[in-house]
Amino acid sequence: MAVKVLVPTPLQKFTNNQATIECEGSNVDELINDLETNCPGIKARICDETGKPRRFLNLYVNSEDIRFLEGTETSLQDGDEVSIVPAVAGG
Amino acid sequence: MTESPKREKQIMIQATKTKAPTFTKLVSKEGSTEYPLKAIHICEETFAPLEVAYDYDAIRAQVSRESIQAGPNSIWRYKAFLPVESENPIDVGTGMTPLVKSHRLARRLGLKNLYIKNDAVNMPTLSFKDRVVSVALTRAKELGFTTVSCASTGNLANSTAAIAASAGLDCCVFIPADLEAGKVLGTLIYNPTVMAVKGNYDQVNRLCCEVGNSYGWGFVNINLRPYYSEGSKTLGFEVAEQLGWQLPDRIVAPLASGSLYTKIYKGFQEFVKVGLVEDKHVRFNGAQAEGCSPIAQAFKEGRDFIAPVKPNTIAKSIAIGNPADGIYALDLARKTDGHIDSVTDAEIVEGIKLLAETEGIFTETAGGTTIAVLKKQVEAGIIDPEETTVAYITGNGLKTQEAVQGYIGEPLTIEPKLDSFERALERSRTLERLEWQQTLV
Repeated sequence: MAVKVLVPTPLQKFTNNQATIECEGSNVDELINDLETNCPGIKARICDETGKPRRFLNLYVNSEDIRFLEGTETSLQDGDEVSIVPAVAGG
Repeated sequence: MTESPKREKQIMIQATKTKAPTFTKLVSKEGSTEYPLKAIHICEETFAPLEVAYDYDAIRAQVSRESIQAGPNSIWRYKAFLPVESENPIDVGTGMTPLVKSHRLARRLGLKNLYIKNDAVNMPTLSFKDRVVSVALTRAKELGFTTVSCASTGNLANSTAAIAASAGLDCCVFIPADLEAGKVLGTLIYNPTVMAVKGNYDQVNRLCCEVGNSYGWGFVNINLRPYYSEGSKTLGFEVAEQLGWQLPDRIVAPLASGSLYTKIYKGFQEFVKVGLVEDKHVRFNGAQAEGCSPIAQAFKEGRDFIAPVKPNTIAKSIAIGNPADGIYALDLARKTDGHIDSVTDAEIVEGIKLLAETEGIFTETAGGTTIAVLKKQVEAGIIDPEETTVAYITGNGLKTQEAVQGYIGEPLTIEPKLDSFERALERSRTLERLEWQQTLV
């Protein structure tokens, strides 16, 4: 089951400078683990010591913030798109 | 003592001559990781925002109350505290807006020392955003950008487009598609490329992060954010200077991303640090619209994290459901013994009307939110009537006319005859104002 992951610039050093990468996973948790398998070291940047996504990082499944879904338990389908986006200031 | 013209000229020259930059590096707000002064905005390790660090000894050596007063009548009188190197930063007359001593609103609320910081008349686009954009675009030019951009709830788009036009920079702005007509028109007129995104502000921001990754543009609120946000400090500097080089007891400001609120605090602290004002415990009160109040909710519930929300309010300029500086705003309110509250859309409209009717200032929904929260907090006994309180009005009501339409009545339509006028005048004295609507006398 292929899911497209959009990777922000600061993490692209782990993805061979690729802005998008295809990974597998039936939910966001599994996706992050698969991302780590393909791009060693990336999970420690995405998640804090407790294994949860860092508070300054937002994860979206098909444009919806996972905090409005089921967090890292949010299930994924073939062809879904997951964006990893740092929080930014407003205006 | 009045300065002689020759001495005045010497002070002016002193104030405008080239000086070594006072900003030294970018530092993560979480931890101490340092970064060079480039177009980057987040810590690569934690994704925490980056903040500009200064050499305060260098600033102290450069500025005095006199040198600031002899500087330009704009935010650039505080240039030593801002992250730009240019001898001639982009100066479109931004800043030094009036600090109005309130009499009628103060009396209505039962306050004795209320001031209104009126950025509804900030130049050139009538909101506080001109402050941050003047700084961001000056820095953008220094860093070699030729195209600038932003994700905006309206005011920032107006400001970025206008100041980019003035500076000769290409501009592409992103706004939510449902924005107020005045804010869309007030951007298009400067001839930028405008992308109206079918989504809310948080979705616009997400898209811009993805665009910013690949187009190499200077996004004022993304990769230029560390520089951009510093411009809000001038709202603190000006209030301190306009109060006669002293800090107020309390401020009330609107909260969107939380950046403005925390930078006013930073501005006050910097003035204390370099000896321009005496230290004082300033309480920071914050205002949100109930339909988008993630920071107020966290404050009320005693939480130390912000749960994002989906905005549903007329106060679109502050409708940020996922505020990047929310936790810092929360910390600030708590450590200064301040208070964050939210108000309904109906209270916001009443706040806009109250400020207009008592002080002659027509603000937009963010200002209505501030005034409504001020009123609520006075009534709740949170604000002491004797305190010197400053309410920040950050935008102009002419841009969001939709918000008050239907709540302020209509003109009395009359025939061009004296008796028609007299009947209408009589009617206006006997009927409630909203009953005038569509009345032909």
